[in-house]
Amino acid sequence: MRTALLVGIMSIGTILLRFLPFLVIRKEPPRLISYLGKVLPPAIIGMLVIYCLKDVNIIARPYGIPELIAVIGVIGMQIWRKNAVISILVGTVLYMLIQAFV
Amino acid sequence: MNKNIVKQAFLRSLPVMAGYIVLGMGFGIILRNAGYGVLWAAAMSLFIYAGSLQYVGVTLISGGASVVMTVITTIMVNARHLFYSISMLDKYKGAGKYKPYMIFALTDETYSLLCDGKAPEGGDPNAYRFMVSLFNHSYWVAGSIMGSLIGEHLPFSTAGIEFSMTALFVAAFTEQWMNSKDHLPALTGLLCSLVSLLIFGPGKFLIPAMLMITAALIIIGKIRDKKDGNKEVGKTSDKPGEPAYDTKIEELKEEAR
Repeated sequence: MRTALLVGIMSIGTILLRFLPFLVIRKEPPRLISYLGKVLPPAIIGMLVIYCLKDVNIIARPYGIPELIAVIGVIGMQIWRKNAVISILVGTVLYMLIQAFV
Repeated sequence: MNKNIVKQAFLRSLPVMAGYIVLGMGFGIILRNAGYGVLWAAAMSLFIYAGSLQYVGVTLISGGASVVMTVITTIMVNARHLFYSISMLDKYKGAGKYKPYMIFALTDETYSLLCDGKAPEGGDPNAYRFMVSLFNHSYWVAGSIMGSLIGEHLPFSTAGIEFSMTALFVAAFTEQWMNSKDHLPALTGLLCSLVSLLIFGPGKFLIPAMLMITAALIIIGKIRDKKDGNKEVGKTSDKPGEPAYDTKIEELKEEAR
């Protein structure tokens, strides 16, 4: 019962956070919000890259080198083929191979 | 909804599939180990649908956390969703019947797939966004159920497959970078997050990083305004919906392409 209550809180809390801007900003959003809507996405994606790599330890073996190689692989593939699926597949397989054989 | 839209949405969602199934399985396994079976895994993934909160949530429900503690944790871990919604206000406008579900299902990964505002030509862009959201949600629920049921009996090593999540964001970052002439927002995001990570550590850096990013971007906007001599940023529109404003939105959309 308590579990159901806590799960319910997490569910409703998350829903409220996601809906709040849509409920509060009803008409045309202020220019500041439009501006943020334009510049936030690239910034937040940058933040999520850091978030994914936050637990990589660069002062102990293997010094984050597997992650570095795989990230360079993804960037290289993205520049070369401009196809996100290919970039992600190549980067992930590269990383798994490094995990398996190094 | 035509078949092509569904197909395009499925193809767009493919990169998330691997990541969500693996992360969902991880969640299902942890939840099972904490003593909660497949129904709990399915319910949490269906109704909460927020990866990091669900991982933290396992500790909350198994440790008998208080209501207050659960509320605070939910807000802290998921505050970033406010930012996703704000930046989708325009793009989700006019989504009609699809809109409530699309807002509910706006996760980190769905956001990263849809934030460029692109949609295949010759179809309803909102049906496309709805389908991308729905595909991602179904991978997450399926992964959680699979993890709860079969997670511990997999015959091969999946070590390292979680990197697909990192690769997804790195690819999205590179894509944004190449499609934009203005790299300052992207650099601001990286730099503020790094500084925040160094100051607050991996467990707590997300909220400070977001506040720093928002503050820095607003300051950058103001400085650029002064340089250009126009006042478009920070000034609220006097008459909502005036023609000049719509033109501005169109310009923003053009740039986003």
